[in-house]
Amino acid sequence: MNAPATAAPITAQAFKSDYKPIWCPGCGDYSVLSSFTKAFAKLDLRPENVAVVSGIGCSSRIPAYTNCYGFHGVHGRSLAAASGLKLARPDLTVVVASGDGDGYSIGGNHFLHACRRNVDLTYVVMDNHVYGMTKGQPSPTTEPDWDSKLSPGGTGLRTFHPLVIALAAGANFVARAYSGDPNGTADIIADAIRTPGFSFVEILSPCVTFRPEQREWKRLARPAPVTTTDDAARAARRIMTDDGFNIGVLYKGGRKPYQAPIDEGKNSPSDLEAEFAI
Amino acid sequence: MAGHIEKVQASISLALTGSGGAGVMTAGNLLLEIAAKAGWYGLMVRSSGPQIRGGEAAALLRFAHAPVECLDDRFDVLVGVDWQNIHRFADEIPLDAASLMLGDPDLGEPPEVFVKRGARYAPLPFKQMAKALPGSWPNMIALGLAAGLLGLPEDVVKAVLQKSLKKGGGEKMDANLAAAEAGYAAAAKLPAVPRLARHVASGASEKSAPRANQQPAPRARGKTAPGTGPDSRWLITGNQAAGYGAVRGGVRFVAGYPITPATEVLEWLAPALLKVGGVLVQAEDELASINMIIGSSYGGVPSLTATSGPGLSLMTEALGLAVAAEVPIVVIDVMRGGPSTGIPAKSEQSDVNIALSGLHGDAPRVVVAPNSIADCVATTQWAVHLAEAMQCPAIVLSDQYFGQTRAVVDPPADIGLVSARLKAPAGAESYKRYAITASGISPMAIPGTPGTAYTADGLEHNEHGIPSSQSADHTRQLDKRARKLAQYDYGERWAEIEGEGELALVTFGSCTGATREALARAATHGIKARLVSLRLLSPSQPERLAAALEGAKRVLVVEQNHSGQLYRYLRAEYDLPGEVRSFRHPGPLPMRPDEIHRQITEWSRS
Amino acid sequence: MSTKKSAGKSGKQSTKPGMKPGMKKAKVAAPKKTTAAKRTAAKAVATALPVAKVAARAKAKTAPVARAATKAKAAPVVSASEFMAHAYAMEAEAAERYAEFADSMELHNNREVAELFRKLSRIEQRHADQILEQMGWKQSPVSSANVRWEGAEGPETADSTELHYLMQPYHALQIALHNEKRARDFFAHLAKTTENAGARKGALEMEQDEAEHVRLIEEWLKRTPVPDSNWETDQDPPVLSD
Repeated sequence: MNAPATAAPITAQAFKSDYKPIWCPGCGDYSVLSSFTKAFAKLDLRPENVAVVSGIGCSSRIPAYTNCYGFHGVHGRSLAAASGLKLARPDLTVVVASGDGDGYSIGGNHFLHACRRNVDLTYVVMDNHVYGMTKGQPSPTTEPDWDSKLSPGGTGLRTFHPLVIALAAGANFVARAYSGDPNGTADIIADAIRTPGFSFVEILSPCVTFRPEQREWKRLARPAPVTTTDDAARAARRIMTDDGFNIGVLYKGGRKPYQAPIDEGKNSPSDLEAEFAI
Repeated sequence: MAGHIEKVQASISLALTGSGGAGVMTAGNLLLEIAAKAGWYGLMVRSSGPQIRGGEAAALLRFAHAPVECLDDRFDVLVGVDWQNIHRFADEIPLDAASLMLGDPDLGEPPEVFVKRGARYAPLPFKQMAKALPGSWPNMIALGLAAGLLGLPEDVVKAVLQKSLKKGGGEKMDANLAAAEAGYAAAAKLPAVPRLARHVASGASEKSAPRANQQPAPRARGKTAPGTGPDSRWLITGNQAAGYGAVRGGVRFVAGYPITPATEVLEWLAPALLKVGGVLVQAEDELASINMIIGSSYGGVPSLTATSGPGLSLMTEALGLAVAAEVPIVVIDVMRGGPSTGIPAKSEQSDVNIALSGLHGDAPRVVVAPNSIADCVATTQWAVHLAEAMQCPAIVLSDQYFGQTRAVVDPPADIGLVSARLKAPAGAESYKRYAITASGISPMAIPGTPGTAYTADGLEHNEHGIPSSQSADHTRQLDKRARKLAQYDYGERWAEIEGEGELALVTFGSCTGATREALARAATHGIKARLVSLRLLSPSQPERLAAALEGAKRVLVVEQNHSGQLYRYLRAEYDLPGEVRSFRHPGPLPMRPDEIHRQITEWSRS
Repeated sequence: MSTKKSAGKSGKQSTKPGMKPGMKKAKVAAPKKTTAAKRTAAKAVATALPVAKVAARAKAKTAPVARAATKAKAAPVVSASEFMAHAYAMEAEAAERYAEFADSMELHNNREVAELFRKLSRIEQRHADQILEQMGWKQSPVSSANVRWEGAEGPETADSTELHYLMQPYHALQIALHNEKRARDFFAHLAKTTENAGARKGALEMEQDEAEHVRLIEEWLKRTPVPDSNWETDQDPPVLSD
């Protein structure tokens, strides 16, 4: 895609690749892709300076559908790959894309430590309460009574609460968005990218094939009836009593992002030999 | 070509293709069920585009009157319910001038790539015919048509369809029965396709005079359950078979994580285990899965997980733990295209390396490979028995081709091998968990048993299980763990050996069927060769293989991977006689009989 | 934080497209319908999906998410030029959305609907180009990424969750009809509420234009066959690929 002339701002289209998504028609991820590109355009980023890192799953297909640098890695390890990338290349804008299976199940441990480490990343999880790509198994955010082949009658397990975990583990920006509002989601993503440190955005993105009842989310999603807080305790109380449908930036702290201490290196390798000298 | 001179073949191959919700897989599965009910053997392989819904799809079927174990080199019939993007299946549906293509003239021409092969084309307006029967679907027309072309009995078509439609609610039953009927009737007006030869007994094909164009029938083999006939046969996939084998072997705890193409093993086991008093847990990832089953097995319950290449890679550390701590577990690896994420929905035999040598340290474990869909039952059951007997991990190398192909099989006899773990009795004086014994197997105390508490450890240890860095302890334990595998008597299951001759073909897993068929073809023009299909890959069996290859001057190793993993392993572990060659190619395309047959004839001539 | 399950398992459940592999019967038992009632319901399904719920929502004016957005974001339209920039953005966004739909339908082997969406995209693009011509612009002075609407997206932009890979031309046209009506109503509302005379004039003109589009789509619909009750049947299960 050609970038417009220097005077005109970059368009969202410029961030979209020619590769057509294999997502089922009606999938919420189409809107999320749109939100990504709108957010990047809003921030006036350049595609070559943005890296989209993902794992495995339907949502993880997103890098190829953008014109940015993409990394489609293995299942559950996108945060690790993204952390490495950002630490080595702090000049890049690194956005991580995942799903509820990839991010909260196999990726759970990396999630904890990414929040704690607070590297300047934006972590977007497209949550549809199911493993889509492997044909419909429960994910950590699936309701306990959702019947499936792998868990007949439902898992019987309490769902994973990613916003609570993120806050507890030290994430500096905690938000929830809904794919049914692409512009609002774009604004939240842009805010997340702009905010230094580890920004976590959970996007409710319905799965039309395995959870068609999620069309109800249109009715259930609502703007959070509170303003963003920087008080972790207040945010914790809100998020712990949240019903999963409050949309907005729920917490924005002031933690300084982690940066690897890089000494510009006044020494040369041979300077190190001194300690070996007899 | 009017069908008066009826061509007779030992097997018939038919492909059904369509896209955008055409229901081709459903039709293919029903066709297979009809054939099974009619007393035929057959199998069905599925192939699809990358879309999750509405993508282009192909059902690849082969039928015969003896067990079918692989796809043929060509297809006799291609039925295109529509042609959108079907050209992507060109490599998987080889056609020639003798093939017949059927398509809906209202939906365009068949893809150029098929036309070029010289196949005959006959139009059939599926969509229009379905419209004329309101409530019916074009794939039912195609189903009836296919059944008619193949010569399947119409009453069986009706019976199977009725049962299936009733299950789905029964609303459109009449319309769709009529549709199948219409398709069946239409077949009579189309160019004839070859008929299936009636196969008598195994081995008969070599004695009877070969008829024109007849390929030797696939052989019936393997032990079947007593009192069997066509009515007692099974329709089963390799993944289901492996699950069933596990349960037969005594597995009662499974932890797993979904991964293509192994998820169906877990999905079959989930309700099955509940029925037999077992448990299946969906873990958060493969690391959790393997560690959970080590824990459950430590607790005394035979345990198993199923995964594919990427998952097996994650499990390697814990596999080493199971080796070191001597905890029995079974890991089914349903191999797919590699490396890394690779080609998830296609088959390949490229996890041989990691299964045989993917662990750090000197870590002996059992690696077995079923060599047919039915054999997935017995070999998985065997793996459970071996793991439990020798208190070690056992890896079962299945693959996507076995796992997701559905076949008509004779119900495999129960090999009768179940978990027989050597357990320590209560209150043994100064119990030594890792006592050095002649067999290398030491009695395992099960938690809850008084007087024999011990700590299982990945750290090297002495006979009591106390961590030790002493040279003598390390050597003793390494010897023990190696000895228990090396000295075990694996019985006759270690390989399937057939035929005789100076040329020997060595293979394993899903290449076995195609290799066997290639050998049968070679036999019809006088080439004698033997087949060694290995079921036990590790530990190696030098004496037995030497005996099996006695007198062989040429050895051809056949496998479906890029680098010749089995070939290299055999060269490393065995002294193979005479000249040894490797014939291999990676996935996604299967090994076909003719490509192996050509290798045999070329080498025999030189 | 669990989804209110009962909400999702109302009678609407039976009209939803898509397979539910592995799912047993819904825990909430649906009331038994007679065959006749089922057929009527099926007909309603055939003709109304996927827009039925959209129509219901339209009655509720703007979505709840958007209402708050309105408070935060909607700036009053102050000039004719700004007004036309909005109108342009509407048409351009609609054209882009229909083009995406066409791509998606094509990839999912629904050629008929793909072609229809491409046609709709071209039509919207023409409307957009007409505005540029009218205003003498080479490109719009306001980037579409910075335009804000009262609803979640532009009044003429189709909702991507209304797609179904097996949808029929009839459904696609219903989506188009719905969007043209929304656009018409948007301009009618704007004409009523704006204080700017130039904007009001423009809005009234646009309302007429959109009303004409509504009429055209209605005519198109009359010529389009109503889908069978089994339009969404796909006997094959979804396919895994990762």
